[in-house]
Order: sequence, then C-alpha cells, then structure tokens
Amino acid sequence: MTLPDCPALTRRAALAGAGALVVSFSLARSAFAQDQVQPPQNIGREPKSPAPLPGSLKVDPNLDAWIRIGSDDSITLFTGKAELGQGIKTALLQIAAEQLDVDMGRITLVTADTARTVNEGFTAGSHSMQDSGTAILHASAQVREMLLQLASARFAVAAQDLKAQDGKVVAPDGQSVRYGELVVGSELHIPATPNSRLKPLDQRRIMGKPVRRVDIPNKVAGGPAYVQDLRLPGMVHGRVVRPPSPGAKLEAVDAGAVERMPGVLKVARDGDWLAVIAEKEWQAVTAMRALAAATRWSQPTALPEKTRIFETLAGLKADTTTINQKQAPPAAAVHTIEAEYRRNYQLHGSIGPSCAVAQMQDGALTLWTHAQGMFPLRKAVAEMLSLPEDKVRCIHVEGSGCYGHNGADDAAADAALLARAMPGRPVRIQYMREDEHRFEPYGPVMTSRGAVALDGSGRIVDWRYEVRSNTHSTRPPGAGQLLSAQMLEKAFQPGPPQPLPQPEGGGDRNAIPLYDFPSQSIVHHFVPEMPLRVSAMRGLGAYHNVFAIESLMDEAAAAAREDPVAFRLKHLKDARGRDVVQKAAEAFGWSANATRESGRGRGFAFARYKNLGAYAAVAMEVSVDRETGGVRLLRAVAAVDSGEAVNPDGIRNQIEGGIIQSASWSLYEEVQYEPRRILSRDWSTYPILRFPALPRRVEVHIIDRPGQPFLGTGEATQGPAAAAIGNAIADAVGVRCRELPMTAARIKGLIGG
Amino acid sequence: MVELKVNGAVRQVDAAPETPLLYVLREDLQLNGAKFGCGLGQCGACTVAIDGAPAFSCLLPVGLLAGREITTVEGLGSPDKPGPLQQAFIDEQAAQCGYCIAGMVMRAHTLLARNPSPTDDEILEHMSPNLCRCGAHMRIVAAIRRASSRKEASRSQRGAL
Ligand code: FES
Ligand code: FES
Repeated sequence: MTLPDCPALTRRAALAGAGALVVSFSLARSAFAQDQVQPPQNIGREPKSPAPLPGSLKVDPNLDAWIRIGSDDSITLFTGKAELGQGIKTALLQIAAEQLDVDMGRITLVTADTARTVNEGFTAGSHSMQDSGTAILHASAQVREMLLQLASARFAVAAQDLKAQDGKVVAPDGQSVRYGELVVGSELHIPATPNSRLKPLDQRRIMGKPVRRVDIPNKVAGGPAYVQDLRLPGMVHGRVVRPPSPGAKLEAVDAGAVERMPGVLKVARDGDWLAVIAEKEWQAVTAMRALAAATRWSQPTALPEKTRIFETLAGLKADTTTINQKQAPPAAAVHTIEAEYRRNYQLHGSIGPSCAVAQMQDGALTLWTHAQGMFPLRKAVAEMLSLPEDKVRCIHVEGSGCYGHNGADDAAADAALLARAMPGRPVRIQYMREDEHRFEPYGPVMTSRGAVALDGSGRIVDWRYEVRSNTHSTRPPGAGQLLSAQMLEKAFQPGPPQPLPQPEGGGDRNAIPLYDFPSQSIVHHFVPEMPLRVSAMRGLGAYHNVFAIESLMDEAAAAAREDPVAFRLKHLKDARGRDVVQKAAEAFGWSANATRESGRGRGFAFARYKNLGAYAAVAMEVSVDRETGGVRLLRAVAAVDSGEAVNPDGIRNQIEGGIIQSASWSLYEEVQYEPRRILSRDWSTYPILRFPALPRRVEVHIIDRPGQPFLGTGEATQGPAAAAIGNAIADAVGVRCRELPMTAARIKGLIGG
Repeated sequence: MVELKVNGAVRQVDAAPETPLLYVLREDLQLNGAKFGCGLGQCGACTVAIDGAPAFSCLLPVGLLAGREITTVEGLGSPDKPGPLQQAFIDEQAAQCGYCIAGMVMRAHTLLARNPSPTDDEILEHMSPNLCRCGAHMRIVAAIRRASSRKEASRSQRGAL
C-alpha cells in the first residue's frame, strides 16, 4: 500500500520534501514542546503554557508545525490527532481549505506521527475538533494573512485590497501570484498570534457543508486503508499465546515441535510472554495454536464472582471527594426518591481485532499502530525496550474503530517485542478474536446512588448523587500499562490507577447535572483496585452517570406527575440546553398527553457531554414484550448542538452511530466471567446488536452555531440514548430497570409473573 | 499449489489446501477488501461471494474452491471507478471506521443479484450475519436500498427503514 510514510523515509527526507517553508523546523524545538508542555485535554490537566492561543496552538504555536507550503505549491497540513473513523481528516481538511482558499484536494494531510506532527496527546474525549480543529482554523487563517502580506509587498498594493483565491493571491488589476511563488525565501517558522482574521461566515464555502469523506472510497472498494492492510517488504507474521486467564503464570512450554512447523521462524519467550513468528500469517496462526496446546500455566489469580460484583465494588477501599456542592436553606420536601443505578463491565469490541506492524533496524524501532496516542505510546514502548525515546517512532495508521482504549496499545507493544526478537524484518501482528475480547481493558463496572427531594410544586429542592467507580484511564505512557510488558521476565508494573480530574472527570464525568437545583451534593468514590482491568470506553463515566441522572429525572417527574420534557425544561436554565431539548421534543412529536398502545413507550433524555462539549437530547420510542421482557427499538430522534458544525453529515453520522452503539450496549452487553476465566471470548458469548434489531428510524437534527467554538460530538449521545431507552421501557411497561444492560431477563424479572 | 478463480482471473497460489481463503486473498493475492474480524463465522467482515452466494472466507479452506467463482469487493469496482453498489455506499456516506464495509458490500451484492428490489425486512434479515460496531447500520441499509431497483429508493431515505 502507499504508506503515510515508509521506513526508508527519514525525518530529513520528509523535511526536505516539504519545501521552502520548513527550513528551521527543528527537532530540538519539537522535543521541547513534547516534554515541557502538557498536551491539552483528555488527561484532564490544563496546558501549562500561559499563552492564550486557541486550541492546540498552545502546544506548538509555530505555524509551520501545522502548515507547510512548498515552492511547488504543495500544501501539507499536520495534525497530532488521528483518524479513528470519526471523519476527522475530512473535517480538518475542510477547515484548512476554507481558510487558505484552496481546494481540499490540493492539501496533503499528515496525521499523528512522533517524527512529524505536534504532540496533541490522545485522540480521545471528543477533543479533536476543539484542539486540532481550532489550531488549524487559526493557523490556516494566519498563513493566509501572511501570504496576503507577502503579496502586498510584491505588488505594492495594500493587503486589504488583495484576495486569496484558489491557491493564488490576486490584485485588483488582475495580476496574481501563486502561494508557492510567494513563499520562496520566506518561512512560516513563526509563532501564531492569539487573534486571527477568520474568513467571514458569509464567504465560507467548504466549512459547514456536508462534504464527502475522503477516506470512504478506499474503504468501499478494497483500497489500502488500515494498518491491517500494510504489507512491507520482507514482512513476517507474529501471534501471541495468551494465558487462559489474566495473571496466569507460564510454568512450562515445549516449543520443539512448533519450531519445526512449516514457515515457523521463531518461538519467542520472555517471562510469561510467549509468541511465535512465521513467514506467512496462517502459518503463524496454526503455530500459535500448537504452541498454546504445548503450554502449562499456573492457577491464575481469582477473578471476581460475577453475581457479587456490585458487593465486591462496594467493599473496595475508595478515595472520596465531594466534587460539587450547592447549599440552600432547607425546603419542605413532599417526595423523596432514592435509587441505585448499576453498570456491568462492557467491552469495546472493535470489529477488527487490534493490529500493529513494527520493524527494528539499527537499534531503532518504527511502529505502525492504530493506538490513540502516538507520543504516550512511544514513551511506553521505549521504556519497555530500554531504548531512548528518539529511537522509537510511532506512526498512526487507521484501524478498526476503537471507541476508547482497546487492545491497540497492547498490540503495538507485542509488535515491538516481536520486532526485537527478529531484528531487520517488519513483523505484523493481529490479535485473534479471543485475544481482543478476553484481554482488552473493559469499560468499568460502576454504581451510583441518587436521592432527590421534591417540594409540593413539583420542583426539585435537593439533589444528592454519589458515584462509585474504578479509573477510566489506564493508558500509557507508562510501560506498565502495556499488557505484555506486565508479563515479561523483568515485568513492568502498572502505575497506581488515577482518577481523571474534573471538570472533564472519569468515573465522575457528567456526574454533575446541568440542571439548576437550589441544593445539591455530588460525590465521587474513586476505587483504585480493579477487579478486572479497565480503561477508557467511549463516554467514560458519562455513559453511566447520564443514564442514572436522566432516569432519576424521569422518576422525579413521575412523582411530581409532570411530563418528563416539561419537567426537564422547568429545571434547566442553560439556553442552548433548552434549545436541543425543545428541538428533539418537537421533531419527535412529543406531547404531554399522548395516548399509547399497550406495551409501547417513549422516553426522553438530555445531557451536555462533560458539561463542556456538545449538547444532545434524544427521544426514543420502544415496544416491550411483557412475556419475554424483550425490547424493540422503534424510532429515535436526536437534536445536537456541536457549536459550529464543520461537517454536518459527519456530526449526523457520529450521532446516529452513537445512538445505535449505545442501544447495543444498553440492551445486550455485559462481559461474562467466572473466578477462573473470562467467558466472553467472541460474538456468541458477547452478543451485540444485529441488523434485525434496528429501529425503523433514526433522525438527527443539528442546531448549527456558525462562528461558535467547535464542541466535541463523538461521545455526546452514549448517555442520553441509554437513558431514553430506560425511560421508554418504564413508560411502556411501568418497570424501571436500573442496571445496564437492560436485558430481556432483567426486564422480565422486574415485570414478574 | 492451489488454483483459484478470483474476480474473473485464474490465480495460482502457493498455500496449503487447508488455509482459509481469507488469508490467501489478503496475503498471497494482496487484496485488502475481505477483513479478518473473528475467524469464526460470527461477524461477516470477511464476506465474499462464491458462485454468487455469500460466504465467510475466514472459514473456507482454499483446497475446496477449485473451479468456484470467487468475487471480492475488488471485483465490483475500484476506489477510482466504484461499481454501482459501492457508489451507493459512497453516496450515503455509509461508513464510519469502515472496517466492516467491504463485507457489507459483498453480502448486499449477493442479495441484490438474486433479488433486485428487496423489502426492508428482507435487507435486514439478509444482512444479519454481518456486524458493524460503529453503528453505521442505518446508512448501510439506505445504501442497499439506493442500489436496489425499488422505485421509492430513487430518493435517499437515510435514517429510515
Ligand atoms: S472474520 Fe469471518 S465471519 Fe468474522
Ligand atoms: S463502520 Fe466501523 S465497524 Fe462498521
């Protein structure tokens, strides 16, 4: 395939090829930027740099870190974010093309690569548009201004009389100059300024349009699109033999027969890490199976008892923090509602198991991976291999959608270990289905308790909410975060689990309701000890918290005998929040006294993701079979406000997908395990939604806010969709399921009979 | 040596006869379309057409396929010249990560070849073996409908079944 970059292409060559504007892009500076400045976002800390620059310009303010223009008119755009199937490439190209006044097709986009791009941390938390999109918006606008200045000097015409147009600057008398001609002898290695002259809204022709995604043609027609499709000269294939249960120790292995199998190049062992390398992929799979049969493992550490998991969680030591408190003089409560909500372990379940390719050459490692953070991964892998960081290069290549921290980093670590075992040859590994299902870090088990007090007028006068959860991030940069590094002879220990701080939060993400209650207390019980290995899964704690809060709101509305939508609006001042609630209700045809067929119900839910990102409201109609407890989705209507919508169809796609995925999580999905084994090892032991279970209609309404900041969208409906389904079930059959997933068996149990 | 007929061309492949077709397509024939998803016949990422019927290439030993007509998504068009069904997927922007999509296109292809105007229920039933984790389902159905010869399908009804 045509690679974003190939191993022979050194940094120097890459730079030389990029043209006149890159002369002073220096390694020293980029290393400084990576080490000294926190990547913005999603690890919860504010960047240390005080410069009030927009988005990720805070991490690297130099314009040539983002945009380079060659004397041949080539334009290269750099982002530290990665395409995860969310359409980010297209949206970023739209922004740059708009502000630079060129066709999208003229721009080459380079995504996350430790040798070439800015360190923008992880591509996670719905941050790409806020961080990278904002940086590129301003960098592109400032580059255009510079080009106008350069042309102004050349033509001796005032810059405001010139026009940037289709890769040229045009003067009033008709003479023009190409961008490539203008940049000769000048450079963009200058810092951005805090303010940009953005193209006026009424002149925009690419941003805000449902531009077709640039990556889709390859994906529908078998063009190279994924790290799985990478074929390097001399490439060989590796597979790992995973233990029967997490934590089991490899007592003995008889590799002799496997080493003699056709195509087998090597059996590699380091402590409890065991792998095989073969010339061809199927040979590696066959050898891996034979090798697995030739191993003996010690009794593994016991896993928790699934039927007692919530007691287990409740019994573990917790660090307790009150994350939000509001006090008002006590009011007379006429109703109080108390309820506990639960979420079981769920898995990311990428359709393509994780994959990576690595090559060790002259003591340096190149790693092609679909992990979410190239720089943190580089740090972890360098530590694991005892290499200096500058001897490891991580290049992002797309994989199957990940929805958070799945097996991607672990597969990258395995590829690195395999490459070390076979220097010189590129080694590819793709996990088997059971490797991914059994060993990916799961979405954590969670519980929360709410106590809601209402006065005689049906107003909430006091809201208490406590959530209990493990961490929601065990990502690199520590080598100990990599599964295989924990299994080596010289084992790396995972660092102590950390909570992700507010305002974004981890287990407590979205635990603070956006409603206006006079008195409230929100508590986070952070449980460091992990009964099963967990990490970030799309939405983090927001999925559970929004499910709980929005279910409680319905429980409270029912106690107040009020319509759920009217009840929400009565407690919600945030104007944009009100807009999405009203939009979704109106588009759904919500009316306070609609009559319904028996067994049918409708539900509503709303949240602003992280209380910082996109606003989303979802209305859902379902039917419930009283005999089986089975839920059928009928239709979903969503309204979303993502600030300025760069690609409305991209937003729509994310929201539709988020609703369907959340419906699958919320109705069917929980990891099965017993003390000795993870039982969910494939799609029959961990079923997800299939086509016949689709709703008949999924409708998305976007409230566009041109000129407003981009708000992350990718995770906005995970919580609202779950709660809307729960509320619709309660409406249909009068029972409230407070445990995720809301399986037929649970609902049947609640209905009784 | 195994002889296979793939996308109309006869290919000689140096693979053991028990090797699943998927590995031969991807590695020996360097075709990207069929994907490894589970190797178990549970997800459909590896779907190809064999003599016009959908098949899980991850389960089919190449030794059994002599003389059979194997079609992969590459046989329906290319990124530059997509076939009508592929074009319908592009028109509906029916993908997120897209990992499942080649398998979806192939399974849909086998439906439309024998039933050019399937009902929505027929589409859902037929597509049931294939999983999509991104939730692109509504668009996938819209793309299939668009590529069908159903009259009302001439206008996109994305989002609705
Ligand atoms: S890879 Fe063949 S069905 Fe999943
Ligand atoms: S589009 Fe990602 S799995 Fe279907």
